[in-house]
Amino acid sequence: MESRCYHCGNPCEDTTIVHDDKTFCCNGCKTVYEIFSENELTCYYDMTQTPGTTPPEIEGKYNYLNKPEITEKLLEFNDGTIQIATLFIPNIHCSSCIWLLENLQKLNKNISSSIINFPKKTVRITYHATETSLKDIVLLLSSIGYEPYISLEDYGGNKKGINRDIIYKLGVAGFSFGNIMLLSFPEYFEVDEYWLNQYKFLFRWLMFTLSLPVVFYAANDYFKSAYKGLKSKFLNIDIPIALGILVLFIRSFFEIVTNQGQGFFDSLTGLVFFLLLGKFFQQKTYNFLSFERDYKSYFPIGITKINSDKTEETIQVYDIEKGDRILIRNQELIPVDGILINGNAQIDYSFVTGESQTVYKQSGDKLFAGGKQTSGAIEIEVLKSISQSYLTQLWSNDVFNKNKEDGFKSITDSISKYFTIAILLVAIVSGLFWYFYSPEKSWNVVTAVLIIACPCALALSAPFTMGNLLRILGKKKCYLKNADVLEKLADIDTVIFDKTGTITHSNKGELSYEGEAFTNKEEVFLKNTLRNSNHPLSRQLYKLLNANDIVAPDYFEEFTGKGMVATFNNHEIKVGSPAFVSDTVVATTTRTTVHISSDHKYKGQYLFRNHYRDGISELFEKLSENYKLIILSGDNNSEKEALTKMLPEGTELHFNQKPDSKLEFVKKLQSNGKNVLMVGDGLNDAGALKQSNVGIAIAENVNVFSPACDAILDAINVRNLSKYLHTSKTSIRIIKASFLLSFLYNIVGLSFAVSGNLSPVIAAILMPLSSISIVTFVTVLTNIIGKQLK
Amino acid sequence: MSVIYILITVSIIVAIVFFTLFIRAVKSGQYDDSYTPSVRMLFEDELVKEKTKNKQS
Repeated sequence: MESRCYHCGNPCEDTTIVHDDKTFCCNGCKTVYEIFSENELTCYYDMTQTPGTTPPEIEGKYNYLNKPEITEKLLEFNDGTIQIATLFIPNIHCSSCIWLLENLQKLNKNISSSIINFPKKTVRITYHATETSLKDIVLLLSSIGYEPYISLEDYGGNKKGINRDIIYKLGVAGFSFGNIMLLSFPEYFEVDEYWLNQYKFLFRWLMFTLSLPVVFYAANDYFKSAYKGLKSKFLNIDIPIALGILVLFIRSFFEIVTNQGQGFFDSLTGLVFFLLLGKFFQQKTYNFLSFERDYKSYFPIGITKINSDKTEETIQVYDIEKGDRILIRNQELIPVDGILINGNAQIDYSFVTGESQTVYKQSGDKLFAGGKQTSGAIEIEVLKSISQSYLTQLWSNDVFNKNKEDGFKSITDSISKYFTIAILLVAIVSGLFWYFYSPEKSWNVVTAVLIIACPCALALSAPFTMGNLLRILGKKKCYLKNADVLEKLADIDTVIFDKTGTITHSNKGELSYEGEAFTNKEEVFLKNTLRNSNHPLSRQLYKLLNANDIVAPDYFEEFTGKGMVATFNNHEIKVGSPAFVSDTVVATTTRTTVHISSDHKYKGQYLFRNHYRDGISELFEKLSENYKLIILSGDNNSEKEALTKMLPEGTELHFNQKPDSKLEFVKKLQSNGKNVLMVGDGLNDAGALKQSNVGIAIAENVNVFSPACDAILDAINVRNLSKYLHTSKTSIRIIKASFLLSFLYNIVGLSFAVSGNLSPVIAAILMPLSSISIVTFVTVLTNIIGKQLK
Repeated sequence: MSVIYILITVSIIVAIVFFTLFIRAVKSGQYDDSYTPSVRMLFEDELVKEKTKNKQS
């Protein structure tokens, strides 16, 4: 029984297939193996152990790709014969995947090339459109376990180009900095040497030319930001920086024109280079994650519509109208609210609620958008169009149009206000002093103050601290959107948790039995009855029971949505809903239950309950010391007792919360001056995640989907949340300490400047020295914190 | 000593050449994906090995 599937590595449970001396857990995996061995691609298994994924059932799912209008929008390039498409494949996870997918032409001769971008998990496929089609390729990929994810989001067609501005600017600044450094070196020490005097004009004007692109191109963001700051009467850190750059440039230009000296071109370009380096370092992006998802990334592009004359037609989801009949196949997502007309509906609402226990619906029941059908095809009649459905309505809330970053004042910005004022004061006072004492030096001193006070080190400390911590947390599978999130985390005082899927496992339930004990015989019969059923609850119960004998039932029948009956040697076993099993028993709880009767005698019921994640209790205990804790659940209050027992006193519990009431709840707390951290997982938390100061999405598998948020946390690390919150507070302390250090440098520099002794060589030493020592200081400290996180 | 004019011109030109090469490399997307090429590089050997194996069998 301990054998593992050769293809996907899952344990082979009750259906082991042996083929070619290898074991497979299911036919799907075996088929993939066969495809590979026929096409001489078994090398796939040599690179990584059990690299594969079970191929999904996709019958009919991609029919919409037959429509040229739809495929056209997905293609990157199309000239009729050659087409290029970039597909997102969440399953890409190891080097075997890269190898296999880049050898796709072996499986389909009409594919001319396929290139993987591993960090982004995309494959860019070039193929001959006359011989094959996008649909064929998608089906091929799905059949080998690499199902591409095509969603409504791709349909928009506005693919953003990659922004490489910062690299260009860094290149320009680095280029000029290096060259200017070399050119300015001779004049540092010798001033009145014969040859130097002869060539210094050439050197100086060359330096001036080289500095032009730095000031006008590489540094333009600082000028823009400073201008914006001034316009909105907000003294941000970029104002003293822009002032410093400007003064450096003007004074240097003035000096070389009047032949007073060599100017400060070296310090100027060095400053810009270091500042850009800090910006670049802070810009940690997780290519394979998206923090901006809305329902569009979950929903399919096309859907099958059933016309009145019973013909099927693929239409775009936006074209679905009220009253239409649509066909939802197995594993397809329901895009709109509707009424079930016929079919066996077993809906998985895990995208929405985080609860993965499927829900059974009968014809006539209302189905909500966002559910995933899990057994066979169903037909539904549309009640509302896509934008008006229960779930999607949430996105019409104002909060989704607001940019969360607006109005946020970072620690650097809040300190820069005082800094700018102080610098201006020092410049004016020392300027006035020198004006009376020796007027010709006054201009020199004022510019020197503005140059040396340019807060390079100050502006670098936060980016480097945050950037480094983002990387460290990323290694712990806690992915923050940007550095601001870390700062906001430090200010949090209230933590709200969603229940299902966040503090409970979304795909692991606990079973408990209430009622009369089974005899051994009954247990054997029960297990064998369950063996015949594919219902998810049956499978779960089947695994739990210990009996091992296999007995074939004499009679077995399953009634969809009700239960099943089986007889063994005239013993009858009934499993299912209370009404089905017995006439007298009525459901007593709101939980999911399975009732059992043997020979018309009611035995008892199995109760399914959520399984709480390990370490949740400890996490809450720890968090309750510093934070106010609240649980907002969309479920009924059946778990209230268990929760109050498990969680520390003072934890507020709220049940039956709708998506928009969660949002309002957060809003209300915020209007009372609270800084709210929302931890959730499903689309129903999307509003609250967006509204909260920081929204963290919990993901069982970070490669799959999570709603728009500020951070994505791998589910196994939920218990470490308190540590991450603590880290954010420590990082603020580090930044403050490095501010102190950079003020010390500024005082030293200012003493040179105020006394009128700032020579280019001193500036050229002091500026990089302060920047580099600050960067080293924060990097070492953050790495120490990173080590403690383990 | 006027050779210094030539030297400086040459050095600046060399620097500019490298700079343009860098910009072109960035533009072509060379730095967009810094991981996959490192893996892809190692595949060649395995493919050759496999091909020879097939010929033998």
